[in-house]
Amino acid sequence: MAAASRGAELVMLAIHRKLLRDLAHMKGQVIAICLVIACGIATFVMSLSTLASLRETRAVYYERYRFPHLFVSLKRAPETLRRRLEEITGVRAVELRIVSDVTLDMPGMDEPAVGRLISIPETHRPGLCNLHLRAGRYVEAGRDDEVIVSEAFADAHELKPGDSVTAILNGRLQTLHIVGVALSPEYVFQIRGGEMLPDDRRFGVFWMGETALAAAFDMTGAFNNALLSLMRGAAEEQVIEHVDDLLEPYGSLGAYGRDEHASDRYLSDEIRSLRGMGMIAPAIFLGVASLLLNIVLSRLIGTQREQIAALKAFGYSNRDVGQHYLGFVLVIVVAGSLLGTVGGMWMARRLTQLYAEFYRFPILQYRLDASVVVLGLGIALAAGVVGALISVRRAAKLPPAEAMRPESPKSFRATLLERLGLQQLLSPATRMIFRNLERQPVKTALSILGIAMSVGVLVLGNFMEDSLDYLMDQQFQIAQRQDVSVSLIEPATGSVVHDISHLPGVIRAEPIRGVSTRMHFGHRSRRVGITGLPPDMQLFQLLDANRQRLDVPPEGLLISDKLARILEVQPGQSVTVEVLQEERPVRDIPIAGVIDDFSGLAAYMSIDALNRLMQDGETVSGLYLTADSQHHRELYAELKSSPRVASVTIRSGMLQTFRETMAENLLRMKAWNVFFASVIAIGVVYNSARVSLSERSRDLATLRVIGFSRQEISLILLGELAVLTLVAIPVGLLIGRGLGELVALGLDTELYRIPLVINPDTYGFAAIVTLTASVLAGLIVRRRLDHLDLVAVLKTRE
Amino acid sequence: MPTAVFEARNLTKTYQMGEVEVQALRGVDLDLFEGELTVLLGPSGSGKSTLLNILGGLDIPTSGTVRYCGEVLDTDDDATLTRFRREHVGFVFQFYNLIPSLTARENVALITDIATNPLTPEEALQLVGLGQRLDHFPAQLSGGEQQRVAIARAIAKQPHVLLCDEPTGALDASTGIVVLEVIERINRELGTTTAVITHNAIIGQMADRVVTLSEGHIQKTEANPWRRPAGELSW
Ligand SMILES: Nc1ncnc2c1ncn2[C@@H]1O[C@H](COP(=O)(O)OP(=O)(O)OP(=O)(O)O)[C@@H](O)[C@H]1O
Ligand SMILES: [Mg+2]
Repeated sequence: MAAASRGAELVMLAIHRKLLRDLAHMKGQVIAICLVIACGIATFVMSLSTLASLRETRAVYYERYRFPHLFVSLKRAPETLRRRLEEITGVRAVELRIVSDVTLDMPGMDEPAVGRLISIPETHRPGLCNLHLRAGRYVEAGRDDEVIVSEAFADAHELKPGDSVTAILNGRLQTLHIVGVALSPEYVFQIRGGEMLPDDRRFGVFWMGETALAAAFDMTGAFNNALLSLMRGAAEEQVIEHVDDLLEPYGSLGAYGRDEHASDRYLSDEIRSLRGMGMIAPAIFLGVASLLLNIVLSRLIGTQREQIAALKAFGYSNRDVGQHYLGFVLVIVVAGSLLGTVGGMWMARRLTQLYAEFYRFPILQYRLDASVVVLGLGIALAAGVVGALISVRRAAKLPPAEAMRPESPKSFRATLLERLGLQQLLSPATRMIFRNLERQPVKTALSILGIAMSVGVLVLGNFMEDSLDYLMDQQFQIAQRQDVSVSLIEPATGSVVHDISHLPGVIRAEPIRGVSTRMHFGHRSRRVGITGLPPDMQLFQLLDANRQRLDVPPEGLLISDKLARILEVQPGQSVTVEVLQEERPVRDIPIAGVIDDFSGLAAYMSIDALNRLMQDGETVSGLYLTADSQHHRELYAELKSSPRVASVTIRSGMLQTFRETMAENLLRMKAWNVFFASVIAIGVVYNSARVSLSERSRDLATLRVIGFSRQEISLILLGELAVLTLVAIPVGLLIGRGLGELVALGLDTELYRIPLVINPDTYGFAAIVTLTASVLAGLIVRRRLDHLDLVAVLKTRE
Repeated sequence: MPTAVFEARNLTKTYQMGEVEVQALRGVDLDLFEGELTVLLGPSGSGKSTLLNILGGLDIPTSGTVRYCGEVLDTDDDATLTRFRREHVGFVFQFYNLIPSLTARENVALITDIATNPLTPEEALQLVGLGQRLDHFPAQLSGGEQQRVAIARAIAKQPHVLLCDEPTGALDASTGIVVLEVIERINRELGTTTAVITHNAIIGQMADRVVTLSEGHIQKTEANPWRRPAGELSW
């Protein structure tokens, strides 16, 4: 090693020079594999670092603006309870508030919007759920009409300080003057209980001085909502028990933690879905990179048998040779990972920023852990080494004397098709194609798998859209057919149905009643709202697992499949229902059936049975309406000014919001998916083609010399690629479906689940994009084929 | 009596080809002496390459023993054989086996990088008369030039033995003679113990000894009274 150490600092070793020259010689293939690896590492770094950044940002936001740990709503309790709440062990701070939903009359909107009024102290900032003012100022003491509006609602309606809105407060029409625009950690997403998605146009949060709000709702000296923060290490369960005991006489709906807080849960679910993407996409890319390295390296080593023999004859050890070929993997993986890391960091920055804007985080913490980069590189190296291992071992083990002899002629045999007696159908060129493919089953299978992955990625990228379409269709065309749902301020007698059905344009009005409960079975329990439905319900249909209509039974509960699985309860068994309102009855109620829906935890029973449970007469808390579209405007005006109506939800509005939110996200995803899938398809097809070309250039040149045309020899090579691609497409469709199942499983939360639905045009799109990418790769190789130097090819010794 | 560099005793080599056994060597005894130039003759398939590969530590015999300066070479231990090849042997092959992606200089450097006391690549190429062709790639050299690069590569480490398997097999007569002159010069000037395989009986005239193989046996061994200079050979 004297020479090596003598010159090492200045001169590159010849063996390393060989490595670099060989890499440069196959640069097309190297670049293709680098890109596939780069895509894998980029998605990995992007997802994980966006995930970490968002978690960190949320944590800092919650901390700085003091997002509480427990939440509780009740009917009305005296402020003197503050002491008692503060004395509970583990409680750090308590904030008492008045919260009330009111109907807003927004200019430019026919239908009413819902405003949630939340009290804040006039003289100082709230101790919990502090506001971040984006514009204007805080409310001033002594003014009874000043409000601060949430930024999401302000943006949706172009409201700014100085503007005003009209609302019905406790039956009285009142003008609210906007003095500020703010953000709160409590409403990162403005979701109303019972809704699946935020709708910033129709639901907005307003903060108002507590003196003014108390006066408007006759709540002076009282509160109906409390926030509690806990000390580090406090036992949340026990605190909840204490709070519930204390507030139960005051109509408490039960305290709950962050895990049941709508906005936080929605946010957590969204952030978590990033992690799924951070695992699946890199796994696919690195898997494909591994296949490619296998194909390319085994060919490289095949062509360098004699070089390997020479190296060994001169005293390079098996290890030296193995390391030399691992060097190819190392260079490709490191180059790809570097590119991917830089790309991923850039994407993560953009994405975190986008998310932060979307979530309206007032702060942004960008985080990239070195460990993510190291882990990514480690995984990529592992994938590369696994892919190359077999070939590299073969090179290392190759006995030098053996390698000196040219490889024995390849043995061919009649293909399966021919053995089946179909040889009449095959031209000699076609026979060559099939024999070549069958002779190298491993390479053929790996190429097919690689191309199939590209199809799978495309199916995966689009299936969400299909599934959501299906979900919307099921939910809004079949299950929920009302035009408008109305919820009342106070549960009312049945006569309200009569009153509302006589409003202009109403075709049908059906009463419903919602009751908050906690449902227990064994040691498992969940907070669930039970919805009471009339027996002849038409505007809201419950469907069973076979999508068949289920009637509401006179007795017993229908519960969602998700709830049944969480409680591990089956039809025929009884659950204990603990009502959290009014007289708080506790009853065992049998499960009459399980319904199939997509919206998570839900329970339904006959409205009469529910009223009996509540020991009430005929009572309704809301209505579903269908109305003549000619009269919508008048109907909305009436509902807006009705003192009994708490809020109104319009179906068409909901659908529109949903579509808009989804469409924007999906379109962006789709573009990325097409890009990623094309990288894979081109990478795989191009590499297979180059390897085939290298294996066959002698045969093809010989054919040219004996008089075959360019077209004819192209057909042999490109035909092989065509066969690979055509076989890969159905395989890829299956893989895509499997990946879809995996993703749907990952998105199956307690809030909602996504059905796995894949439309034929999604399959078609995947097939076409992959086919196009294959053709593109084929054309690149075909150009080489056209420039095949007959003399040079025939002169070289294989 | 000159000292024996190689002592091979009762060497056999059997290849298993599926059902069939091929007996490439059937009991060969052979000594190669210090500084000697030996030519191995014999028809195709007679076992010449097999014998040379065993002497060079590229392969091991099925039975029998080989010693190199008293050291046992018929061992399974790959590390020992690798070290032996790295330190003592230079190989020249019929088809040159140059690395096409490396220039002449770099092909030689491949060896000088790992040798203990090598010539510089430039010196080695100078010795074979290619001082002007240092930066040519193999594809830019004629067959004879490529073979001379291969010889430069083989001798750059100043090996104790030089083993050449049909070094002129792919060359025309006059180019072949140039290559043989180089081998002869290395043997004479550096004292490298040399064995050359060939089909061509005329080449035997430049050797100290001619060993003829036939069907895995040594058929005869003849010592030449004098070595005809390679430049005077013709065929
Ligand atoms: N790896 C191997 N596997 C099977 N048989 C082998 C192998 N190597 C050599 N043989 C057989 O052993 C016999 C001797 O081969 P070897 O290469 O030594 O002959 P050779 O004298 O060098 O012939 P040539 O002049 O053609 O190079 C031949 O019959 C050959 O087919
Ligand atoms: Mg031979």
